Amino acid sequence: MEKYSFEETNILKLSRKLAMETENLQVFYGANHAMFDASLQFPKNRITALIGASGSGKSTYLRCLNRMNDRISTVKGKIIYQDTDINQKSINVYEVRKHISMVFQRPNPFAKSIRENITFALKEHGIKDKEILAERVESSLRSAALWDEVKDDLDKSALALSGGQAQRLCIARSVAMQPDVLLLDEPASALDPISTAKIEETLQNLREKYTIIIVTHNMQQASRIADYTAFFHMGHVLEYDKTNNIFTNPKIKATEDYISGNFG
Amino acid sequence: MINAKQSDKVATGVIYSFVGIVILILVAILGYILVVGIPHISFNFLTQPAQSFKAGGGIRDQLFNSLYLLVLTLIISFPFALGSGIYLAEYAKQNWITSTIRTAIEVLSSLPSVVVGLFGYLLFVIKFNLGFSILAGAIALTFFNLPLLTRNIEESLASVSDLQRDAGLSLGLSNWRTITRIILPAALPGIITGIILSAGRVFGEAAALIYTAGQSAPTVDYANFNPMASDSFLNPMRPAETLAVHIWKVNTEGVTPDALSISAGASAVLIIVILLFNILARWAGKRIYRRMTATR
Repeated sequence: MEKYSFEETNILKLSRKLAMETENLQVFYGANHAMFDASLQFPKNRITALIGASGSGKSTYLRCLNRMNDRISTVKGKIIYQDTDINQKSINVYEVRKHISMVFQRPNPFAKSIRENITFALKEHGIKDKEILAERVESSLRSAALWDEVKDDLDKSALALSGGQAQRLCIARSVAMQPDVLLLDEPASALDPISTAKIEETLQNLREKYTIIIVTHNMQQASRIADYTAFFHMGHVLEYDKTNNIFTNPKIKATEDYISGNFG
Repeated sequence: MINAKQSDKVATGVIYSFVGIVILILVAILGYILVVGIPHISFNFLTQPAQSFKAGGGIRDQLFNSLYLLVLTLIISFPFALGSGIYLAEYAKQNWITSTIRTAIEVLSSLPSVVVGLFGYLLFVIKFNLGFSILAGAIALTFFNLPLLTRNIEESLASVSDLQRDAGLSLGLSNWRTITRIILPAALPGIITGIILSAGRVFGEAAALIYTAGQSAPTVDYANFNPMASDSFLNPMRPAETLAVHIWKVNTEGVTPDALSISAGASAVLIIVILLFNILARWAGKRIYRRMTATR
Protein backbone atom coordinates (compact mmCIF):
# COMPACT_ATOMS: atom_id res chain seq x y z
CA MET A 1 0.00 0.00 0.00
CA GLU A 2 1.21 3.43 -0.83
CA LYS A 3 2.45 5.39 2.16
CA TYR A 4 0.59 8.63 2.64
CA SER A 5 1.90 11.41 4.81
CA PHE A 6 -0.12 12.02 7.95
CA GLU A 7 1.30 15.53 8.19
CA GLU A 8 -0.40 16.81 5.07
CA THR A 9 -3.98 17.49 5.97
CA ASN A 10 -6.78 19.73 4.85
CA ILE A 11 -9.22 20.25 7.71
CA LEU A 12 -11.99 22.75 7.18
CA LYS A 13 -12.72 25.13 10.05
CA LEU A 14 -16.31 26.25 10.14
CA SER A 15 -17.69 29.64 10.93
CA ARG A 16 -21.33 28.54 11.13
CA LYS A 17 -23.16 27.28 14.20
CA LEU A 18 -21.75 24.01 15.49
CA ALA A 19 -23.59 21.05 16.98
CA MET A 20 -20.45 19.57 18.42
CA GLU A 21 -16.73 19.32 17.85
CA THR A 22 -13.72 17.29 18.92
CA GLU A 23 -10.27 18.55 19.76
CA ASN A 24 -7.28 16.24 19.51
CA LEU A 25 -9.31 13.12 20.10
CA GLN A 26 -7.15 10.06 20.71
CA VAL A 27 -8.29 6.49 21.15
CA PHE A 28 -6.26 3.64 22.60
CA TYR A 29 -7.24 -0.01 22.64
CA GLY A 30 -4.85 -1.17 25.32
CA ALA A 31 -1.42 -0.29 23.90
CA ASN A 32 -2.80 0.06 20.38
CA HIS A 33 -3.12 3.71 19.36
CA ALA A 34 -6.19 3.65 17.11
CA MET A 35 -7.06 7.31 16.60
CA PHE A 36 -4.66 10.25 16.39
CA ASP A 37 -5.50 13.86 17.07
CA ALA A 38 -8.88 14.01 15.41
CA SER A 39 -10.17 17.58 15.46
CA LEU A 40 -13.44 18.01 13.61
CA GLN A 41 -16.31 20.47 13.77
CA PHE A 42 -19.84 19.35 13.03
CA PRO A 43 -22.26 22.00 11.78
CA LYS A 44 -25.75 22.12 13.21
CA ASN A 45 -28.62 20.70 11.12
CA ARG A 46 -26.31 19.33 8.47
CA ILE A 47 -25.30 15.84 7.46
CA THR A 48 -21.63 15.04 7.85
CA ALA A 49 -20.25 11.82 6.39
CA LEU A 50 -17.18 10.02 7.68
CA ILE A 51 -15.56 7.94 4.95
CA GLY A 52 -12.46 5.80 4.72
CA ALA A 53 -11.34 2.22 4.30
CA SER A 54 -12.08 -0.54 6.82
CA GLY A 55 -9.95 -0.08 9.90
CA SER A 56 -9.41 3.62 9.24
CA GLY A 57 -10.93 4.48 12.60
CA LYS A 58 -14.12 6.19 11.45
CA SER A 59 -16.46 3.92 13.44
CA THR A 60 -14.19 4.16 16.46
CA TYR A 61 -14.31 7.92 16.18
CA LEU A 62 -18.10 7.96 15.83
CA ARG A 63 -18.60 5.75 18.86
CA CYS A 64 -16.55 8.16 20.96
CA LEU A 65 -18.93 11.00 20.26
CA ASN A 66 -21.56 9.67 22.66
CA ARG A 67 -19.10 7.80 24.83
CA MET A 68 -20.10 4.35 23.57
CA ASN A 69 -16.43 3.40 23.39
CA ASP A 70 -15.84 3.88 27.10
CA ARG A 71 -16.17 0.22 27.94
CA ILE A 72 -13.57 -1.04 25.51
CA SER A 73 -11.03 1.74 25.02
CA THR A 74 -9.35 4.79 26.49
CA VAL A 75 -10.41 8.05 24.91
CA LYS A 76 -8.34 11.21 25.37
CA GLY A 77 -8.94 14.71 24.11
CA LYS A 78 -11.97 16.95 24.13
CA ILE A 79 -15.46 16.30 22.85
CA ILE A 80 -17.28 19.59 23.03
CA TYR A 81 -21.04 19.65 23.08
CA GLN A 82 -23.02 22.69 24.20
CA ASP A 83 -19.81 24.38 25.38
CA THR A 84 -19.00 21.46 27.65
CA ASP A 85 -16.29 18.87 27.32
CA ILE A 86 -18.34 15.70 27.62
CA ASN A 87 -15.26 13.50 27.64
CA GLN A 88 -14.80 13.88 31.38
CA LYS A 89 -15.31 11.40 34.18
CA SER A 90 -17.81 13.65 35.95
CA ILE A 91 -20.16 13.74 32.95
CA ASN A 92 -23.32 11.64 33.18
CA VAL A 93 -22.95 9.52 30.05
CA TYR A 94 -26.58 8.42 30.16
CA GLU A 95 -27.66 12.03 29.94
CA VAL A 96 -25.22 12.60 27.06
CA ARG A 97 -26.74 9.71 25.12
CA LYS A 98 -30.21 11.20 25.45
CA HIS A 99 -28.90 14.17 23.46
CA ILE A 100 -26.53 12.30 21.19
CA SER A 101 -28.19 9.12 20.04
CA MET A 102 -26.80 6.33 17.93
CA VAL A 103 -27.98 3.90 15.25
CA PHE A 104 -25.81 0.89 14.52
CA GLN A 105 -24.66 -1.01 11.49
CA ARG A 106 -26.87 -4.02 12.07
CA PRO A 107 -30.52 -3.37 12.92
CA ASN A 108 -30.99 -4.15 16.60
CA PRO A 109 -34.65 -3.79 17.51
CA PHE A 110 -35.59 -4.99 20.97
CA ALA A 111 -37.50 -8.25 21.28
CA LYS A 112 -40.62 -6.22 21.97
CA SER A 113 -43.54 -4.92 19.97
CA ILE A 114 -42.99 -2.14 17.45
CA ARG A 115 -44.75 0.33 19.71
CA GLU A 116 -42.77 -0.73 22.77
CA ASN A 117 -39.52 -0.43 20.85
CA ILE A 118 -40.20 3.28 20.66
CA THR A 119 -41.93 3.88 23.98
CA PHE A 120 -39.60 1.72 26.05
CA ALA A 121 -36.75 4.20 26.42
CA LEU A 122 -39.17 7.11 26.72
CA LYS A 123 -40.91 5.42 29.64
CA GLU A 124 -37.55 4.67 31.21
CA HIS A 125 -36.83 8.38 31.04
CA GLY A 126 -40.03 9.22 32.83
CA ILE A 127 -42.51 10.01 30.06
CA LYS A 128 -45.70 8.31 31.17
CA ASP A 129 -48.42 10.33 29.49
CA LYS A 130 -50.21 8.01 27.04
CA GLU A 131 -51.02 10.79 24.59
CA ILE A 132 -47.47 12.03 24.44
CA LEU A 133 -46.22 8.48 23.94
CA ALA A 134 -48.72 7.80 21.17
CA GLU A 135 -47.81 11.07 19.51
CA ARG A 136 -44.09 10.27 19.68
CA VAL A 137 -44.68 6.81 18.22
CA GLU A 138 -46.51 8.23 15.25
CA SER A 139 -44.27 11.21 14.61
CA SER A 140 -41.04 9.25 14.92
CA LEU A 141 -42.31 6.46 12.67
CA ARG A 142 -43.44 9.04 10.15
CA SER A 143 -40.08 10.77 10.12
CA ALA A 144 -38.41 7.41 9.62
CA ALA A 145 -40.78 6.78 6.69
CA LEU A 146 -42.09 3.65 8.37
CA TRP A 147 -45.51 4.73 9.63
CA ASP A 148 -47.53 3.71 6.59
CA GLU A 149 -45.99 0.25 6.59
CA VAL A 150 -46.55 -0.59 10.25
CA LYS A 151 -49.38 1.60 11.54
CA ASP A 152 -51.78 -1.36 11.74
CA ASP A 153 -49.21 -3.69 13.32
CA LEU A 154 -47.86 -1.58 16.17
CA ASP A 155 -48.43 -4.36 18.68
CA LYS A 156 -46.71 -7.02 16.61
CA SER A 157 -43.18 -8.07 17.37
CA ALA A 158 -40.47 -5.89 15.91
CA LEU A 159 -38.49 -9.06 15.20
CA ALA A 160 -40.86 -9.85 12.36
CA LEU A 161 -39.84 -6.73 10.41
CA SER A 162 -37.56 -6.94 7.39
CA GLY A 163 -33.98 -5.71 7.76
CA GLY A 164 -34.74 -2.36 6.17
CA GLN A 165 -37.86 -1.84 8.23
CA ALA A 166 -36.05 -2.85 11.41
CA GLN A 167 -33.30 -0.34 10.69
CA ARG A 168 -35.83 2.42 10.12
CA LEU A 169 -37.48 1.40 13.39
CA CYS A 170 -34.12 1.81 15.09
CA ILE A 171 -33.81 5.27 13.59
CA ALA A 172 -37.36 6.07 14.72
CA ARG A 173 -36.49 4.80 18.19
CA SER A 174 -33.58 7.22 18.38
CA VAL A 175 -35.57 10.08 16.88
CA ALA A 176 -38.37 9.56 19.41
CA MET A 177 -35.91 10.54 22.12
CA GLN A 178 -35.70 13.92 20.35
CA PRO A 179 -31.93 14.07 20.49
CA ASP A 180 -29.81 16.89 19.12
CA VAL A 181 -27.36 14.78 17.25
CA LEU A 182 -27.94 11.49 15.50
CA LEU A 183 -24.92 9.26 14.99
CA LEU A 184 -25.26 6.54 12.38
CA ASP A 185 -22.68 3.80 11.99
CA GLU A 186 -23.03 2.45 8.44
CA PRO A 187 -26.79 2.21 8.86
CA ALA A 188 -27.43 0.91 5.34
CA SER A 189 -24.51 -1.45 4.83
CA ALA A 190 -26.55 -4.54 5.68
CA LEU A 191 -29.50 -3.50 3.52
CA ASP A 192 -30.60 -3.88 -0.08
CA PRO A 193 -30.65 -0.87 -2.47
CA ILE A 194 -34.36 -0.16 -2.04
CA SER A 195 -34.11 -0.12 1.75
CA THR A 196 -30.96 1.97 1.45
CA ALA A 197 -32.80 4.52 -0.66
CA LYS A 198 -35.52 4.72 1.99
CA ILE A 199 -32.97 5.24 4.75
CA GLU A 200 -31.36 8.03 2.75
CA GLU A 201 -34.73 9.62 2.18
CA THR A 202 -35.34 9.37 5.91
CA LEU A 203 -32.06 11.10 6.68
CA GLN A 204 -32.88 13.93 4.27
CA ASN A 205 -36.14 14.45 6.14
CA LEU A 206 -34.41 14.41 9.48
CA ARG A 207 -31.71 16.94 8.75
CA GLU A 208 -34.09 19.86 9.20
CA LYS A 209 -34.35 19.06 12.86
CA TYR A 210 -31.23 17.10 13.69
CA THR A 211 -27.53 17.15 13.20
CA ILE A 212 -26.53 13.91 11.54
CA ILE A 213 -23.10 12.31 11.50
CA ILE A 214 -22.93 9.17 9.42
CA VAL A 215 -20.19 6.64 8.84
CA THR A 216 -20.45 5.07 5.44
CA HIS A 217 -18.48 2.75 3.17
CA ASN A 218 -20.56 3.81 0.26
CA MET A 219 -19.08 6.89 -1.41
CA GLN A 220 -22.09 7.46 -3.63
CA GLN A 221 -24.13 7.55 -0.48
CA ALA A 222 -21.84 10.14 1.06
CA SER A 223 -21.97 12.29 -2.08
CA ARG A 224 -25.76 11.96 -2.28
CA ILE A 225 -26.68 12.90 1.24
CA ALA A 226 -23.81 14.60 3.05
CA ASP A 227 -23.16 18.32 3.24
CA TYR A 228 -19.68 17.80 4.65
CA THR A 229 -17.35 14.83 4.42
CA ALA A 230 -14.32 13.76 6.42
CA PHE A 231 -11.80 11.26 5.07
CA PHE A 232 -10.16 8.92 7.58
CA HIS A 233 -6.99 6.97 6.96
CA MET A 234 -5.24 4.68 9.46
CA GLY A 235 -6.49 6.53 12.49
CA HIS A 236 -5.88 10.00 11.07
CA VAL A 237 -8.32 12.49 9.64
CA LEU A 238 -6.60 13.61 6.47
CA GLU A 239 -9.22 15.79 4.88
CA TYR A 240 -12.44 17.47 5.92
CA ASP A 241 -14.34 19.75 3.62
CA LYS A 242 -17.65 20.37 1.90
CA THR A 243 -18.74 17.15 0.24
CA ASN A 244 -18.65 18.78 -3.13
CA ASN A 245 -15.01 19.77 -2.71
CA ILE A 246 -14.02 16.36 -1.41
CA PHE A 247 -15.48 14.57 -4.38
CA THR A 248 -14.61 17.02 -7.16
CA ASN A 249 -11.49 18.73 -5.93
CA PRO A 250 -9.74 16.89 -3.11
CA LYS A 251 -6.60 18.61 -1.83
CA ILE A 252 -4.96 15.51 -0.41
CA LYS A 253 -3.53 12.71 -2.51
CA ALA A 254 -4.90 9.94 -0.26
CA THR A 255 -8.43 11.30 -0.53
CA GLU A 256 -8.17 11.56 -4.27
CA ASP A 257 -6.87 8.02 -4.57
CA TYR A 258 -9.57 6.69 -2.27
CA ILE A 259 -12.51 8.29 -4.04
CA SER A 260 -11.17 7.43 -7.46
CA GLY A 261 -10.61 3.81 -6.46
CA ASN A 262 -6.82 3.86 -6.76
CA PHE A 263 -6.39 2.99 -3.16
CA GLY A 264 -4.43 0.22 -1.52
CA MET B 1 -9.05 -43.14 -0.89
CA ILE B 2 -12.65 -42.26 -0.39
CA ASN B 3 -14.06 -39.11 -1.85
CA ALA B 4 -15.83 -36.28 -0.07
CA LYS B 5 -19.26 -37.67 -0.80
CA GLN B 6 -18.45 -41.08 0.65
CA SER B 7 -16.76 -39.73 3.75
CA ASP B 8 -19.78 -37.49 4.30
CA LYS B 9 -22.02 -40.53 4.09
CA VAL B 10 -19.87 -42.47 6.53
CA ALA B 11 -19.76 -39.59 9.01
CA THR B 12 -23.50 -39.07 8.80
CA GLY B 13 -24.06 -42.78 9.32
CA VAL B 14 -21.82 -42.87 12.38
CA ILE B 15 -23.50 -39.81 13.91
CA TYR B 16 -26.94 -41.26 13.27
CA SER B 17 -26.03 -44.56 14.88
CA PHE B 18 -24.62 -42.83 17.98
CA VAL B 19 -27.79 -40.78 18.34
CA GLY B 20 -29.76 -43.96 17.82
CA ILE B 21 -27.92 -45.69 20.65
CA VAL B 22 -28.52 -42.78 23.01
CA ILE B 23 -32.21 -42.68 22.17
CA LEU B 24 -32.45 -46.44 22.55
CA ILE B 25 -30.95 -46.32 26.04
CA LEU B 26 -33.22 -43.46 27.05
CA VAL B 27 -36.33 -45.14 25.75
CA ALA B 28 -35.36 -48.43 27.35
CA ILE B 29 -34.79 -46.95 30.80
CA LEU B 30 -37.77 -44.61 30.79
CA GLY B 31 -39.98 -47.24 29.21
CA TYR B 32 -38.96 -49.87 31.73
CA ILE B 33 -39.57 -47.59 34.72
CA LEU B 34 -42.91 -46.41 33.39
CA VAL B 35 -44.16 -49.83 32.26
CA VAL B 36 -43.20 -51.49 35.53
CA GLY B 37 -44.22 -48.58 37.74
CA ILE B 38 -47.43 -47.18 36.34
CA PRO B 39 -49.60 -50.23 37.24
CA HIS B 40 -48.76 -49.57 40.89
CA ILE B 41 -49.87 -45.96 40.81
CA SER B 42 -53.34 -45.49 42.17
CA PHE B 43 -55.28 -42.77 43.87
CA ASN B 44 -54.58 -44.43 47.21
CA PHE B 45 -50.90 -44.70 46.45
CA LEU B 46 -50.71 -40.95 45.91
CA THR B 47 -52.88 -39.91 48.84
CA GLN B 48 -51.94 -42.32 51.64
CA PRO B 49 -49.01 -41.92 54.03
CA ALA B 50 -46.23 -44.48 53.86
CA GLN B 51 -46.39 -47.63 55.96
CA SER B 52 -43.39 -48.93 57.87
CA PHE B 53 -44.34 -52.57 58.17
CA LYS B 54 -47.68 -53.23 56.52
CA ALA B 55 -48.40 -53.41 52.83
CA GLY B 56 -50.49 -50.74 51.08
CA GLY B 57 -48.49 -47.68 52.05
CA GLY B 58 -48.57 -44.61 49.82
CA ILE B 59 -46.16 -41.79 49.04
CA ARG B 60 -48.28 -38.75 49.85
CA ASP B 61 -45.80 -37.08 52.23
CA GLN B 62 -42.71 -37.98 50.23
CA LEU B 63 -44.21 -36.53 47.07
CA PHE B 64 -45.12 -33.33 48.82
CA ASN B 65 -41.73 -33.13 50.53
CA SER B 66 -39.95 -33.43 47.21
CA LEU B 67 -41.97 -30.59 45.74
CA TYR B 68 -41.62 -28.42 48.83
CA LEU B 69 -37.89 -29.02 48.93
CA LEU B 70 -37.61 -28.09 45.26
CA VAL B 71 -39.48 -24.85 45.83
CA LEU B 72 -37.42 -23.96 48.90
CA THR B 73 -34.17 -24.76 47.11
CA LEU B 74 -35.11 -22.59 44.17
CA ILE B 75 -36.17 -19.75 46.45
CA ILE B 76 -32.79 -19.87 48.17
CA SER B 77 -30.57 -20.50 45.16
CA PHE B 78 -32.20 -18.52 42.37
CA PRO B 79 -31.50 -15.00 43.70
CA PHE B 80 -27.86 -15.88 44.41
CA ALA B 81 -27.44 -17.54 41.04
CA LEU B 82 -29.10 -14.63 39.27
CA GLY B 83 -26.87 -12.10 41.00
CA SER B 84 -23.66 -13.99 40.38
CA GLY B 85 -24.69 -14.87 36.83
CA ILE B 86 -25.31 -11.20 36.05
CA TYR B 87 -22.02 -10.28 37.68
CA LEU B 88 -20.03 -12.85 35.70
CA ALA B 89 -21.69 -12.10 32.39
CA GLU B 90 -21.98 -8.33 32.54
CA TYR B 91 -19.65 -6.82 35.11
CA ALA B 92 -16.71 -9.13 35.80
CA LYS B 93 -13.43 -8.10 34.21
CA GLN B 94 -11.52 -10.87 32.48
CA ASN B 95 -8.75 -11.37 35.03
CA TRP B 96 -7.47 -14.04 37.39
CA ILE B 97 -10.10 -13.33 40.05
CA THR B 98 -12.91 -13.99 37.60
CA SER B 99 -11.32 -17.12 36.25
CA THR B 100 -10.75 -18.35 39.82
CA ILE B 101 -14.42 -17.81 40.54
CA ARG B 102 -15.37 -19.71 37.39
CA THR B 103 -13.09 -22.61 38.27
CA ALA B 104 -14.44 -22.69 41.82
CA ILE B 105 -17.96 -22.83 40.48
CA GLU B 106 -17.07 -25.72 38.20
CA VAL B 107 -15.44 -27.63 41.04
CA LEU B 108 -18.47 -27.02 43.22
CA SER B 109 -20.76 -28.43 40.55
CA SER B 110 -18.75 -31.64 40.32
CA LEU B 111 -18.61 -32.35 44.06
CA PRO B 112 -19.92 -35.83 44.88
CA SER B 113 -23.33 -35.51 46.45
CA VAL B 114 -22.38 -37.71 49.40
CA VAL B 115 -19.67 -35.21 50.28
CA VAL B 116 -22.11 -32.34 50.08
CA GLY B 117 -24.54 -34.34 52.22
CA LEU B 118 -21.98 -35.04 54.95
CA PHE B 119 -20.76 -31.45 54.84
CA GLY B 120 -24.35 -30.25 55.21
CA TYR B 121 -24.87 -32.70 58.03
CA LEU B 122 -21.85 -31.45 59.99
CA LEU B 123 -22.37 -27.77 59.34
CA PHE B 124 -26.12 -27.21 59.20
CA VAL B 125 -27.62 -30.17 61.01
CA ILE B 126 -25.10 -30.34 63.87
CA LYS B 127 -23.21 -27.06 64.07
CA PHE B 128 -26.04 -24.67 63.22
CA ASN B 129 -28.48 -26.85 65.08
CA LEU B 130 -30.98 -27.01 62.24
CA GLY B 131 -31.49 -30.73 62.89
CA PHE B 132 -32.70 -33.02 60.11
CA SER B 133 -34.91 -30.55 58.36
CA ILE B 134 -36.18 -29.45 54.99
CA LEU B 135 -34.24 -26.24 55.45
CA ALA B 136 -30.94 -28.06 55.97
CA GLY B 137 -31.76 -30.19 52.92
CA ALA B 138 -32.62 -27.14 50.83
CA ILE B 139 -29.36 -25.42 51.76
CA ALA B 140 -27.37 -28.54 50.91
CA LEU B 141 -29.14 -28.79 47.57
CA THR B 142 -28.43 -25.12 46.98
CA PHE B 143 -24.78 -26.17 46.83
CA PHE B 144 -25.59 -28.28 43.79
CA ASN B 145 -27.97 -25.87 42.33
CA LEU B 146 -25.93 -22.69 42.60
CA PRO B 147 -23.10 -23.63 40.23
CA LEU B 148 -25.44 -25.10 37.63
CA LEU B 149 -27.82 -22.18 37.72
CA THR B 150 -25.09 -19.55 37.89
CA ARG B 151 -23.26 -20.89 34.87
CA ASN B 152 -26.51 -21.32 33.04
CA ILE B 153 -27.67 -17.77 33.73
CA GLU B 154 -24.25 -16.42 32.85
CA GLU B 155 -24.27 -18.27 29.55
CA SER B 156 -27.83 -17.28 28.73
CA LEU B 157 -27.01 -13.62 29.35
CA ALA B 158 -23.75 -13.80 27.42
CA SER B 159 -25.52 -15.31 24.43
CA VAL B 160 -27.71 -12.23 24.05
CA SER B 161 -26.17 -10.16 21.26
CA ASP B 162 -24.05 -7.17 22.21
CA LEU B 163 -26.12 -5.25 19.70
CA GLN B 164 -28.91 -5.29 22.27
CA ARG B 165 -26.63 -3.81 24.92
CA ASP B 166 -25.53 -1.13 22.46
CA ALA B 167 -29.16 -0.38 21.70
CA GLY B 168 -30.07 0.11 25.34
CA LEU B 169 -27.03 2.18 26.18
CA SER B 170 -27.31 4.36 23.09
CA LEU B 171 -30.81 5.33 24.18
CA GLY B 172 -29.45 6.67 27.44
CA LEU B 173 -30.39 3.70 29.60
CA SER B 174 -28.09 2.88 32.46
CA ASN B 175 -26.14 -0.35 32.42
CA TRP B 176 -28.40 -1.81 35.08
CA ARG B 177 -31.64 -0.92 33.32
CA THR B 178 -30.26 -2.28 30.07
CA ILE B 179 -29.50 -5.57 31.78
CA THR B 180 -32.74 -5.92 33.69
CA ARG B 181 -35.12 -4.62 31.04
CA ILE B 182 -33.52 -5.77 27.79
CA ILE B 183 -30.92 -8.46 28.33
CA LEU B 184 -32.69 -10.50 31.02
CA PRO B 185 -36.00 -10.81 29.14
CA ALA B 186 -34.12 -11.84 26.02
CA ALA B 187 -32.19 -14.46 28.01
CA LEU B 188 -35.31 -15.82 29.71
CA PRO B 189 -35.85 -18.97 27.61
CA GLY B 190 -32.31 -20.13 28.36
CA ILE B 191 -32.65 -19.36 32.04
CA ILE B 192 -35.87 -21.34 32.24
CA THR B 193 -34.19 -24.33 30.63
CA GLY B 194 -31.52 -24.07 33.32
CA ILE B 195 -34.10 -24.01 36.09
CA ILE B 196 -35.75 -27.10 34.64
CA LEU B 197 -32.46 -28.97 34.43
CA SER B 198 -31.46 -28.06 37.95
CA ALA B 199 -34.92 -28.90 39.23
CA GLY B 200 -34.61 -32.36 37.75
CA ARG B 201 -31.38 -32.84 39.63
CA VAL B 202 -32.84 -31.57 42.90
CA PHE B 203 -35.84 -33.80 42.48
CA GLY B 204 -33.79 -36.90 41.88
CA GLU B 205 -31.16 -36.23 44.53
CA ALA B 206 -30.98 -38.72 47.40
CA ALA B 207 -27.47 -39.02 48.80
CA ALA B 208 -27.13 -35.42 49.91
CA LEU B 209 -30.56 -35.47 51.52
CA ILE B 210 -30.19 -38.61 53.61
CA TYR B 211 -27.90 -36.71 55.97
CA THR B 212 -29.65 -33.36 55.84
CA ALA B 213 -33.38 -33.60 55.27
CA GLY B 214 -33.46 -36.96 57.02
CA GLN B 215 -35.12 -40.25 56.26
CA SER B 216 -38.32 -39.92 58.20
CA ALA B 217 -41.58 -38.44 57.10
CA PRO B 218 -43.52 -37.45 60.20
CA THR B 219 -47.25 -37.13 59.78
CA VAL B 220 -48.12 -33.56 58.99
CA ASP B 221 -51.35 -31.65 58.94
CA TYR B 222 -52.09 -30.39 55.41
CA ALA B 223 -54.69 -28.01 56.76
CA ASN B 224 -52.29 -26.15 59.03
CA PHE B 225 -50.91 -23.26 57.05
CA ASN B 226 -48.84 -21.81 59.87
CA PRO B 227 -45.22 -22.54 58.90
CA MET B 228 -44.21 -22.11 62.55
CA ALA B 229 -46.43 -24.91 63.82
CA SER B 230 -44.55 -28.17 64.35
CA ASP B 231 -47.17 -30.27 62.60
CA SER B 232 -47.71 -27.89 59.70
CA PHE B 233 -46.87 -29.23 56.24
CA LEU B 234 -45.15 -25.91 55.55
CA ASN B 235 -42.83 -26.08 58.56
CA PRO B 236 -39.31 -25.95 57.06
CA MET B 237 -37.74 -27.22 60.29
CA ARG B 238 -39.30 -30.68 60.20
CA PRO B 239 -37.47 -33.72 58.88
CA ALA B 240 -38.66 -34.69 55.46
CA GLU B 241 -38.02 -37.81 53.51
CA THR B 242 -38.27 -37.10 49.79
CA LEU B 243 -39.42 -39.39 47.03
CA ALA B 244 -35.90 -40.23 45.89
CA VAL B 245 -34.77 -40.95 49.46
CA HIS B 246 -37.89 -43.08 49.94
CA ILE B 247 -37.06 -45.13 46.86
CA TRP B 248 -33.53 -45.66 48.14
CA LYS B 249 -34.75 -46.57 51.62
CA VAL B 250 -37.47 -48.93 50.51
CA ASN B 251 -34.96 -50.72 48.34
CA THR B 252 -32.21 -51.02 50.93
CA GLU B 253 -34.00 -51.54 54.21
CA GLY B 254 -37.68 -51.77 53.33
CA VAL B 255 -39.50 -54.41 55.36
CA THR B 256 -42.96 -53.91 53.93
CA PRO B 257 -44.10 -56.88 51.88
CA ASP B 258 -44.83 -54.64 48.88
CA ALA B 259 -41.49 -52.77 48.96
CA LEU B 260 -40.73 -53.60 45.34
CA SER B 261 -43.98 -52.32 43.97
CA ILE B 262 -43.74 -49.18 46.12
CA SER B 263 -40.30 -48.47 44.73
CA ALA B 264 -41.47 -49.14 41.17
CA GLY B 265 -44.50 -46.91 41.56
CA ALA B 266 -42.55 -44.16 43.29
CA SER B 267 -39.93 -44.19 40.53
CA ALA B 268 -42.58 -43.81 37.89
CA VAL B 269 -44.20 -40.97 39.85
CA LEU B 270 -40.81 -39.29 40.16
CA ILE B 271 -40.28 -39.36 36.41
CA ILE B 272 -43.79 -38.23 35.64
CA VAL B 273 -43.52 -35.31 38.05
CA ILE B 274 -40.23 -34.20 36.52
CA LEU B 275 -41.85 -34.43 33.12
CA LEU B 276 -44.84 -32.40 34.28
CA PHE B 277 -42.57 -29.81 35.87
CA ASN B 278 -40.66 -29.60 32.62
CA ILE B 279 -43.78 -29.03 30.55
CA LEU B 280 -45.21 -26.57 33.03
CA ALA B 281 -42.01 -24.54 33.26
CA ARG B 282 -41.69 -24.37 29.48
CA TRP B 283 -45.27 -23.31 29.11
CA ALA B 284 -44.92 -20.66 31.81
CA GLY B 285 -41.63 -19.49 30.34
CA LYS B 286 -43.15 -19.12 26.90
CA ARG B 287 -46.01 -17.10 28.32
CA ILE B 288 -43.73 -14.79 30.25
CA TYR B 289 -41.43 -14.42 27.26
CA ARG B 290 -44.32 -13.56 24.98
CA ARG B 291 -45.65 -11.10 27.48
CA MET B 292 -42.31 -9.36 27.74
CA THR B 293 -41.41 -9.43 24.09
CA ALA B 294 -44.75 -9.30 22.27
CA THR B 295 -43.67 -12.17 20.03
CA ARG B 296 -46.93 -13.77 19.08
